[in-house]
Amino acid sequence: MPVRTVLQHADITRALTRISHEILESNRGSDNLVILGIPTRGVTLAKRIAGIIQSVDSTVVAAGALDVTMYRDDLAQNPTRATGPSDIPAGGIDGKTVVLVDDVLYSGRTIRAALDGLGDLGRPRAVRLAVLIDRGHREFPIRADFVGKNLPSSMEERINVRLEEIDGTDEVTIG
Amino acid sequence: MRHLLTTQGLSRDAAIAILDVAEDMAAVSEREVKKLPTLRGKTVINLFFEDSTRTRISFEAAAKRLSADVINFAAKGSSVSKGENLKDTAQTLAAMGADAVVVRHWASGAPKTLADSGWIDAGIVNAGDGTHEHPTQALLDAFTIRRRLHGTAARGRGLDGVAVTIVGDIVHSRVARSNVWLLTTLGARVTFVAPATLLPVNMTGWPADISYDLDDAIAKRPDVVMMLRVQSERMAAAFFPNAREYSKQWGLNDERMQALPASSMVMHPGPMNRGLEISAAAADSPQSTVLEQVANGVSVRMSVLYHLLSGAVEQ
Repeated sequence: MPVRTVLQHADITRALTRISHEILESNRGSDNLVILGIPTRGVTLAKRIAGIIQSVDSTVVAAGALDVTMYRDDLAQNPTRATGPSDIPAGGIDGKTVVLVDDVLYSGRTIRAALDGLGDLGRPRAVRLAVLIDRGHREFPIRADFVGKNLPSSMEERINVRLEEIDGTDEVTIG
Repeated sequence: MRHLLTTQGLSRDAAIAILDVAEDMAAVSEREVKKLPTLRGKTVINLFFEDSTRTRISFEAAAKRLSADVINFAAKGSSVSKGENLKDTAQTLAAMGADAVVVRHWASGAPKTLADSGWIDAGIVNAGDGTHEHPTQALLDAFTIRRRLHGTAARGRGLDGVAVTIVGDIVHSRVARSNVWLLTTLGARVTFVAPATLLPVNMTGWPADISYDLDDAIAKRPDVVMMLRVQSERMAAAFFPNAREYSKQWGLNDERMQALPASSMVMHPGPMNRGLEISAAAADSPQSTVLEQVANGVSVRMSVLYHLLSGAVEQ
């Protein structure tokens, strides 16, 4: 299958800017907001969203990382996975509105694991989900509140999200 | 990983992977809910043929924090001969559905016998076998050194260039054996300091320097001084004149503590003979990592159990 680029640097920036504004709108400001990225690329996206919110709202927004490896339901099917660091902002998540951020939403299993993980960390007032790409094929009753781009795909296709901080370039490809 | 029997032959990448996951496990121990669902439905059996408090409790805490079921099996007082005993016990545990067996045995090689026997299909973790090895102790020592040196930036790193001096009863010490292999694999330089009677007769192939003088070794400003326990229960003969003489020559006393650089760590695998191999002031000083080693032990053992019990079975 030929690989084609569906989002470039400017598209990604625009999508994240729109998501940031939507988060601010639905939360009516940046109070009690905690942005948690799911490793690896979700963490980078969460940092960017927190940065955009800061520049718009000129307040510091708590951003961090939530590793969900130990909560996955497919550990027995794959070789042992390395875990990643979690970084929960100092204020914790009790009573906060937590926005989970991931690069691609697919089966929904990662998000299910993330919801279990959040439950062990505290009791947020609400949990929202922001993703850069929604590619469909859900296996759980989970949907994203903020979506960068809906990208209908076949299950054979591979979607690659590359981000400057990690991969040296900003692009999303499918193929 | 199928079993953890020895640190000899453990690759640098595999060792660093265990230490890195242990970093994340340490973060779990600081949370309000100190439990992960990862090993739900798995059964871990602690099979201890020899006395131990901290290792057994540490493995038990590690397994419980990962939601595994833990069964403690103390085989002390058993009079059946070793081969039969181990076989029968192993088959009993297999019948109970053990997924992992953490075994401590007074006979060197018992965990390997168990792993190679075909009596039981479970993953075997060596929790100390005779005077052979104690791999999780070495892993937690390496983890403790790495954390003290690099703090939160420890992930992915080895111990390259770190000078570690291990002092005392080398000949009876499984901790020293496991450490010499692991620390060398991770890039550290190991020096053994001991009276000649407490060094193995043949040390060919051991990647360590030998010294007989603790003051000399301290003058070389090691990054880590690891004091070993004098294992009187394994000493059938007189290895040194008396306790006072040993303490004077080979103990980390207050004067030697003064001579040690302030940045050097003092480690001890416990239980300590205060006043014999280590003075109270040295054991309780800020340079001492003794209590960190205990706390880190749980994180490292969580990581080991995770590596053994999660993931598809390797063929």
